[in-house]
Amino acid sequence: MKFGVVVFPGTWSDRDCGWVIDQVLGAELQYLWHKDADLKGCDCIILPGGFAYGDYLRTGAIARFAPVMEKIGEFADRGGLVWGICNGFQVLCEAGLLPGALIRNASLEYRCQWTNLVVERTDLPFTSQCATREVISIPIGHGEGSYFADPATLSRLEQRGQVVFRYCDAGGRVTSNANPNGSLHNIAGIVNARGNVLGMMPHPERCAEAELGGTDGLKLFRSVAENAMKVLAS
Amino acid sequence: MSLNTQRRLREVALTPDEYLAIVEELKRPPNEVELGMLGVLWSEHCSYKSSKALLRRLPSTGAAVIQGPGENAGAVNIGEGWAAVFKIESHNHPSAIEPYQGAATGVGGIIRDIIAMGARPIALLDSLRFGPQPASSHHVEGVVAGIGGYGNCIGIPTVGGEVYFEECYTNNPLVNAMCVGLVRVDRLMRARAEGTGNSLMLVGAETGRDGIHGASFASLELDETSSERRPAVQVGNPFLEKCLLEACMDLAHTDAVVAIQDLGAAGLTSSVAECAGRVNGAGAHIDVGRVPRRERGMTPYHVMLSESQERMLVVVQRGREAEVEAIFQAWDLTSAVIGHVTDDGHLTVVDGAEKVARLPISLLTDGAPPRRLIGVAAEQPPGLDLDALPPLVDAGATLLRLLASPNLSSRRGIFRRYDHMVGDATVIPPGGDAAMLRVKGTRLGLAVTTDCNSRYCHLDPHVGAQLAVAEAARNLVATGAHPLAVTDCLNFANPDRPEVYWEMEETIAGLAHACRALDLPIVSGNVSLYNESFPARGEGGPPQSGRPDGAVSSAIYPTPVVGMIGLIDDYAKRLRAGLRAEGDFVLLIGSSHNDLGGSEYLKVEHGLVAGRPPALDLARERAVDRLVLAAADNGLLHSAHDCAEGGMLVALAECCLLGGIGVRCPAIRPEAPLRMEAAFFGESPSRFIVSVSSRAMPELQSLARRHHVEISLLGLAGGDSIEFEGQFRLPLAEIRQAWEGALT
Repeated sequence: MKFGVVVFPGTWSDRDCGWVIDQVLGAELQYLWHKDADLKGCDCIILPGGFAYGDYLRTGAIARFAPVMEKIGEFADRGGLVWGICNGFQVLCEAGLLPGALIRNASLEYRCQWTNLVVERTDLPFTSQCATREVISIPIGHGEGSYFADPATLSRLEQRGQVVFRYCDAGGRVTSNANPNGSLHNIAGIVNARGNVLGMMPHPERCAEAELGGTDGLKLFRSVAENAMKVLAS
Repeated sequence: MSLNTQRRLREVALTPDEYLAIVEELKRPPNEVELGMLGVLWSEHCSYKSSKALLRRLPSTGAAVIQGPGENAGAVNIGEGWAAVFKIESHNHPSAIEPYQGAATGVGGIIRDIIAMGARPIALLDSLRFGPQPASSHHVEGVVAGIGGYGNCIGIPTVGGEVYFEECYTNNPLVNAMCVGLVRVDRLMRARAEGTGNSLMLVGAETGRDGIHGASFASLELDETSSERRPAVQVGNPFLEKCLLEACMDLAHTDAVVAIQDLGAAGLTSSVAECAGRVNGAGAHIDVGRVPRRERGMTPYHVMLSESQERMLVVVQRGREAEVEAIFQAWDLTSAVIGHVTDDGHLTVVDGAEKVARLPISLLTDGAPPRRLIGVAAEQPPGLDLDALPPLVDAGATLLRLLASPNLSSRRGIFRRYDHMVGDATVIPPGGDAAMLRVKGTRLGLAVTTDCNSRYCHLDPHVGAQLAVAEAARNLVATGAHPLAVTDCLNFANPDRPEVYWEMEETIAGLAHACRALDLPIVSGNVSLYNESFPARGEGGPPQSGRPDGAVSSAIYPTPVVGMIGLIDDYAKRLRAGLRAEGDFVLLIGSSHNDLGGSEYLKVEHGLVAGRPPALDLARERAVDRLVLAAADNGLLHSAHDCAEGGMLVALAECCLLGGIGVRCPAIRPEAPLRMEAAFFGESPSRFIVSVSSRAMPELQSLARRHHVEISLLGLAGGDSIEFEGQFRLPLAEIRQAWEGALT
């Protein structure tokens, strides 16, 4: 099982994802440079957090044109696992691999804080280690993480069960108080219809060790490690 | 001296005497470019001409010190082959007139100082001072957004700092940024231009006209024309600096690099001069025609003085420039060979075939005549007669008012706007005493803090400076970390006024005294002077000093911000401030006195800034710190929190709020002469609030006896309120509302 972590100029969660994969999970790690035109045999591609190309124009707007993105699109079309975290989610939306967009937080401020998420899909390769409707605790760190989509897209997402994570309170109730950024329907993460491309704003790589405040993020990495081979074989 | 010369001197902020010294040394008048170069390097900001003599009194050596003052940053050995590199720097004047970019580029600048040492930055801290809200809201909003805008984008966690509000900062906000980095001891770089013939490469951003005369601007008082100097404030590009950071880290893969130097204040002029000035006899030859530019029509003067951000100077072994160029090219960064190291002790600037400037390096870096200033003790601040104050009526109500005061309320509204988690190393997040970063691959924890109560410094600069050192140390000790070394940012008003210079003398003596007593070397730092402003004509202001036209200025309190790092050998033993378990004993370590002078209690309840700051006994401070460290090391403590502004009761409330557990205490019945209000809200230093399990009590008591430190039982952890039997009982929810409501 080999994780590929994409590095755009301005990416900063690459090293944190790499740390978790290599030092905590003990899986194989391959960094992929934005100019690479080859995914080097990786089984799951992570698009990590950061400010790719500075995000001065619009988050992810430039990154989608990076050479590596073309290969990632093809990989996703073949059913390969693609996992966008924070800026990576924004890039996936810009690239059209996921529907909708991430806009400025309702507070108009950056938010770095712990959030609770209710896991609504556990049949995915990303979440199989979570219990049904489990509440997991994962930090966010973003200024533009408010999920937005037009009403038709939103209802399609809901009907097809493509919402994977929703911001909730500690008891699992999806309330507006628990929504840190104004996301529609409290959406924190979605998956494509096929179930192989996941985008999420919270940072699982920041909570894979108890000393950092929690280990719920590791469940997602473990799920992927366990399932990636199965997905490719199917 | 011709009128024309006088006009030029004003432009570059040099005095006629300084000009004469230059002419005497050069045996000719300097040309316009040379005058500009000398102007910036002889500015207070770069030359320290008013403070140099005093700074020599600070201790800067110690067993762990690898690099003391004089480099881009200081460095100490923290074991297991690692060095911690750190420095604090001010960006006050730019932040006053352009808060967002001023603060952002302050962060960018201090990060480059750490990169120049070969270290990877792992943490940022920001020590901020503003005038009271809401008048200062535009400063607060801009500065906080600027710090976040830069730090969040570049991906270095902002883990700590301070925010205080005081009238004296209304027109002179202070923005002091500290950065901490890690490097293998054997990879530590020094910015020395070694090796005649080696190439000087300029890397990173292209050079524009921004920030010309920024250093000179920082050496003037702010006045009604300051906003016209907005072009002297640089604009930051954190994305570019992120690429620069990674490229500089990649330089470690080659041994072709001799040195790296940040381009900060005074741009190319100062970085080349400083780099050469560190090597005996070295000089440099620069061709401004080879400097990549972002705009047309720039003169050599502009190029040499530009303060464009996100640039570094790299000294490269001759013949190996292509290796370095390839590393920067991979990050799509510009790099250009702009000159080479010489052995003639001069900085020679040419523009292609044309000679532009030639100045001795020593004249640039050390030539500024030290200013001989005179200190005269300031008037004694108003005394304090405690008996004349109305007595404390309801300690609970006072607690709520103190917790809601902007100086004591929760800082969460600010630090949640900073990414404090990136890097996967933050094992104690902001909000407690000190933050802690783990050193990945080891068990080491590095605790970091900044501290200064400038109200104390105003009332007695000597004692105030000592208290700042002691409190920073206590913040580290509260996490279980041993204080290791200091960086300081000394902010003062105009030193030409004798009472301000006296404040500087007293402050530096106090810092030196406390650092020596606590074995803390000061390995880096920065001085920021002229933090006073003239209000627009027609407005009033505190009557402190005059100007020929009769306007009066407002001066800041002396504000020596102490940045400190500490070390714990195993971060699993780290302590947090919040109570951890119901039924734990909650104890006060150290003794309490009638220390109400300069307290938040006096200010909030009685509107007074008066009296003497708390008395500090450094031997007692040491004993108390050692007791807490021994107890932490033996695993006796469940939590520890420094008792600071607001006194025992505010600290106790913070322990409860951070832990989410209440406390039940017997009534406080202070023994004379200790007063009730001092027992609750006095700010005696050298005190902690700790919690322990009942089983650990006997061992803690005997440990305290061995260290000759007083401990007293405050109460038992438990419930969801704070109760002092028969005195008051407040639900935690109500206390939290007061504490979290103030800064949002």
